[in-house]
Amino acid sequence: MKQRAPLAITNGRLVTPAGVVEGSVRCADGLIVAVGEVSPEEGDRVVDAGGLLIAPGLVDLGVFAVDKPAFHFGGITRAGLMPDCSPLLDHPARVRFMAQSGKPDFWVHPFAAATIGLAGEQLAELALMRDAGAKAVATGRRWIGDSGVMLRLMQYSAMLDLPVVAHAEDAGLSGRAAATAGEMATRLGLPSAPAQAETLALARDIALAEMTGARLHARQVTTRAGLALVRAAKARGVAITAGVTPAHFMLSDLALADFRTFARLSPPLRSEDDRQAVIEAIGDGTIDSIASGHDPRGPEDKRLPFADAEPGMAGAETLLAMVLTLVRDGVIDMARAFDLVARNPARILGVAAGVLEQEAEADLVLVDESKPWLVDRRKMAATAGNTPFDRQPTEGRVTRMWKGGVEVAL
Amino acid sequence: MTSAPTSSAGSRFPAGKRAYPHRDLIAISQLERHEILYLLAEAEQWVEFNRRATKHSDALAGLTIINAFFENSTRTLLSFEIAGKRLGADVVNMHASQSSIKKGETLIDTAVTLNAMRADAIVIRHGSSGAVGLIASKVDCPVLNAGDGQHEHPTQALLDALALRRALRERGATSEDFTGLTVTICGDILHSRVARSNILSLQALGATVRTCAPPALMPQGIEAMGVEPFHDFDRALAGTDVVMMLRLQNERMDGQFIPSPREYHHLYGLTRERLASHAPEAIVMHPGPMNRGVEIDSDVADDPAVSLITAQVEMGVAIRMACLDVLTRRTRGVAGWKDGEWV
Repeated sequence: MKQRAPLAITNGRLVTPAGVVEGSVRCADGLIVAVGEVSPEEGDRVVDAGGLLIAPGLVDLGVFAVDKPAFHFGGITRAGLMPDCSPLLDHPARVRFMAQSGKPDFWVHPFAAATIGLAGEQLAELALMRDAGAKAVATGRRWIGDSGVMLRLMQYSAMLDLPVVAHAEDAGLSGRAAATAGEMATRLGLPSAPAQAETLALARDIALAEMTGARLHARQVTTRAGLALVRAAKARGVAITAGVTPAHFMLSDLALADFRTFARLSPPLRSEDDRQAVIEAIGDGTIDSIASGHDPRGPEDKRLPFADAEPGMAGAETLLAMVLTLVRDGVIDMARAFDLVARNPARILGVAAGVLEQEAEADLVLVDESKPWLVDRRKMAATAGNTPFDRQPTEGRVTRMWKGGVEVAL
Repeated sequence: MTSAPTSSAGSRFPAGKRAYPHRDLIAISQLERHEILYLLAEAEQWVEFNRRATKHSDALAGLTIINAFFENSTRTLLSFEIAGKRLGADVVNMHASQSSIKKGETLIDTAVTLNAMRADAIVIRHGSSGAVGLIASKVDCPVLNAGDGQHEHPTQALLDALALRRALRERGATSEDFTGLTVTICGDILHSRVARSNILSLQALGATVRTCAPPALMPQGIEAMGVEPFHDFDRALAGTDVVMMLRLQNERMDGQFIPSPREYHHLYGLTRERLASHAPEAIVMHPGPMNRGVEIDSDVADDPAVSLITAQVEMGVAIRMACLDVLTRRTRGVAGWKDGEWV
């Protein structure tokens, strides 16, 4: 659906990279044409923001299902789709299909599977998938054990100028682990792996990125030691970005108590010290993006003994509210919050969105950042309610949204 | 027919249901010290009962107990079956191999099915940690955990405590608990639900617990459970009053954890010489089944002067009778157990 008439959203607080400023935004032909002290023109559809935040629509860097109602609830206008959905995104036709699957009111940016079947052995047809719409190459929730394959993947992706979205868990160490080694896993008798599984994986991938010049995005960095590696690599000028999901800054492995499978995640929840390290890394800029990792899973995948349950959480609806807790706690300011959930992910994917700037796609949300609501797994918009934040009172809701200048009904 | 003994637990415990206010027995971690002692006290009467020529009670007559074992077992299943039958219950055994029942809804479906058959108690063993608690949340009758993955095996810890307390009393002790005692648990701690339940139960009863294993079989963070970990078996034995040996659980090992059984025996095998040099007075226990010549030598295991291994098996039946008796009291309308909420 094309934007028919120009749109002016007035009387709001604009979330710009430089900070929050009062003003308006004007869009035409699906793009932002003016931001700041602008007035509506003749023929504009005018929306009074009523003093709410006018922010870029969220760009969710790594989800496992296209679940539009949940994304719209969460103010997400675009998402990078991980290749380990069903069927696997290891073929150009599937990538092309998924790239179209959300339009017009939601854009899916598929990540091409790095290897056929994500088996970590043979490179998939990355150039064909890029031309079919893939915005990145990803290893899925898996680790490419063969460093030779990973090297060739990085070289090839660098040539194609596609970022490599890597999962930082050394499979030899992690095995069938369902938890991080430590007191909680020991008390519950859960198969566990040391947190160093992440450090080892990151160290290798950083070395290969440094060697090849590939753009590496570590989708989830969840440990103090792993974040230190990322920080050091950035200081050396390695083209690395790092992400995380709210689970790893909101929860520690204490959430596994009573074998709660909604807290079964990949990578698993870490220690309290690691959780603190993630918050510090969000504050100091080591972490570039926060994604939902949205993966709705019904009872057939979750109402199981802990280690037998599938990992993943339905995170799209709670992404913004959880990030706003960091703003309220003074870890980051509002501008940086939207860098983490919109501007940086858009940059990593190379799409002109995620920011209130001229020429950017008019993907916009109105946010009432103090609107209280209760997370309730039984009333979620997602196809399944597997949230580890069930019953948690929270604040911050998207009240209206526009994709390409066209309003999306919420 | 022999009449069932009347309750002998006496007045040291809270009256009626407050002595054991739980519907189920899922984990030692959910029990208070006095609740453990209450189950031990209840079991004492069944030890004597089981030594009679005729051993049959009608206490649970008319009740149906299902033993649902999702993981292979011979001794634990037999022990629960005998316990149920001696109490007069109708006992049904359900073997479900891990291969046929593996996926989730099937497990819940099985629980719902058992529930619909109106069992009065369900005894469950399952290969996944937390599985028994999950099933318990879906059924309306008492559930006994006969071992869930690497999590807990509460009746094993209770029977070990009973066997140990009786052995200590034979040696002149008078205490009802294990205050001042040092117990070393040696072997595959990582994969052992017996170790976890025993650590919690022994500590609740006042003992100091050491664990001993090679690093690969010692879970990370075990110190947080209040135990002192050792890799050197001889050092762990020094000053130990009781040594509990565990079986190497090869079926749970995902990859190689030790170079060879021979090498394991060299470092961690309980031999006559090792016991004589480092803990000559120690009592030896093993939950069975034993790998003779690997973790324990036959001349130690079979020596009635030091080994409680057969006593442990005997106490197993008594403990399971006590648990089945206590957990079915509400159903049977026993005075003092009928009302109130479960904890």
